[in-house]
Amino acid sequence: MNDEASPVKGLLISPIRSGTVIDHITAGEALNVLKILGITGSTTESLSVATNVASHRMEKKDIVKIENRELRKEEVDRIALIAPQAKINIIREYLVVEKKGVEIPKILRGVVRCPNPGCITNTNEPVESTFEVLEKGLHCLYCDWWIKTDIAGHII
Amino acid sequence: MTNHIISIRDYTRRDIDYLLERAGEFDTRTYDRHALEEKLLALLFFEPSTRTRMSFETAMARLGGKSISVDSVEASSIVKGETLADTIRVVSGYADAIVLRHPKEGAARLASEFATVPVINAGDGAGQHPSQTLLDLYTIRQSMPIDGINVGMLGDLRYGRTAHSLAYALSLYGATIHTIAPGGLELPANILHELRERGMEVIQHDDVSDIVAELDVLYVTRIQRERFPDSASYYNVASSYRITPDLLEDVQEHLMVLHPLPRAGEIDSGVDGLPYARYFEQSRNGVPVRMALLHEVMK
Repeated sequence: MNDEASPVKGLLISPIRSGTVIDHITAGEALNVLKILGITGSTTESLSVATNVASHRMEKKDIVKIENRELRKEEVDRIALIAPQAKINIIREYLVVEKKGVEIPKILRGVVRCPNPGCITNTNEPVESTFEVLEKGLHCLYCDWWIKTDIAGHII
Repeated sequence: MTNHIISIRDYTRRDIDYLLERAGEFDTRTYDRHALEEKLLALLFFEPSTRTRMSFETAMARLGGKSISVDSVEASSIVKGETLADTIRVVSGYADAIVLRHPKEGAARLASEFATVPVINAGDGAGQHPSQTLLDLYTIRQSMPIDGINVGMLGDLRYGRTAHSLAYALSLYGATIHTIAPGGLELPANILHELRERGMEVIQHDDVSDIVAELDVLYVTRIQRERFPDSASYYNVASSYRITPDLLEDVQEHLMVLHPLPRAGEIDSGVDGLPYARYFEQSRNGVPVRMALLHEVMK
């Protein structure tokens, strides 16, 4: 094979020593995953993000690696809203010590904003938005509104 | 049944039937007039109200209890920036139950989380108004079984919380709803969808005269000026429907015309003398229904 024509072999993102690798994220949702996890430009995590990576199972997928942070169960489950096939790998000393799928939570608190401008959760009251997660969408437990499409667009 | 009364969606048919039975007992004038003698009710009304507020006060007084009240945002610590949550925590320390009217949807649900006494939702924005629904059902049940009736809902079905609550309740009784709303004020798609999922037949009409002859109940609601973003959009729809004696010429003998009141021209005063007009009786029924609710949460 001609060397000039062959792709460069190697890892797209370097392995991490300790932390979390979120694999098999629905292609294009990596940035929303970061949003759900509260990771912004001003937070200090060391991150690697790969988008639209070739995947046998999903054709294309996104990957997020977060160093020195092991995700909690409730954080992981929120990811299921936008990436139901995501797999979470907890890494310690370069070894995968735990591998788990995501599970859609029954109740979401403080994750998505209610689209109803008249909802009490959109005021300065000391409550978090609270949605029950049902097959047909997210149901606001305060004002009864529904989010059925573009869930990622409503993430706080 | 919880000790809070927040949304009609929280109730089963059995719960509702129980409360309607209890209301019937308080309508006989043979009830214990001292039942709530030691109790104090706080009425927090952050939106204007005449009937709901006065009927709760009347109900409390008829059971021997006392009431304290706030009747506007301007007269409350809300103008100082106090949250509803704090107001509720404070008032919980004063009263044995709280009746709350608030412009934000979900306010009563929030209040129930911070209150240490029962909260009764007396209307939250365009959301829910469960005690109104109970008195609507109570009024219907005085004349006919609720099961399987044809109910016309006319008016502002988008912002009309009384229509929303009543529709949910009627879905427990196999009723059919015929909606007639001006453009832009139709029943919200989410509610429509949920009612149909509950197995309810909801049929949309353009003109009330197309369906009035088949109705058992015609539930008329006001175009709510206060819910409109501007006057122009209000005036566009404000005069688009009106119930007159002529319209009711060929209706079923037992038709009930109901209205949560106040009316703002949508029912001609000529209808008031017809046997179909039941809205003042409906308003009066607020007292026994609210007596039943107060007794239930504070007994």
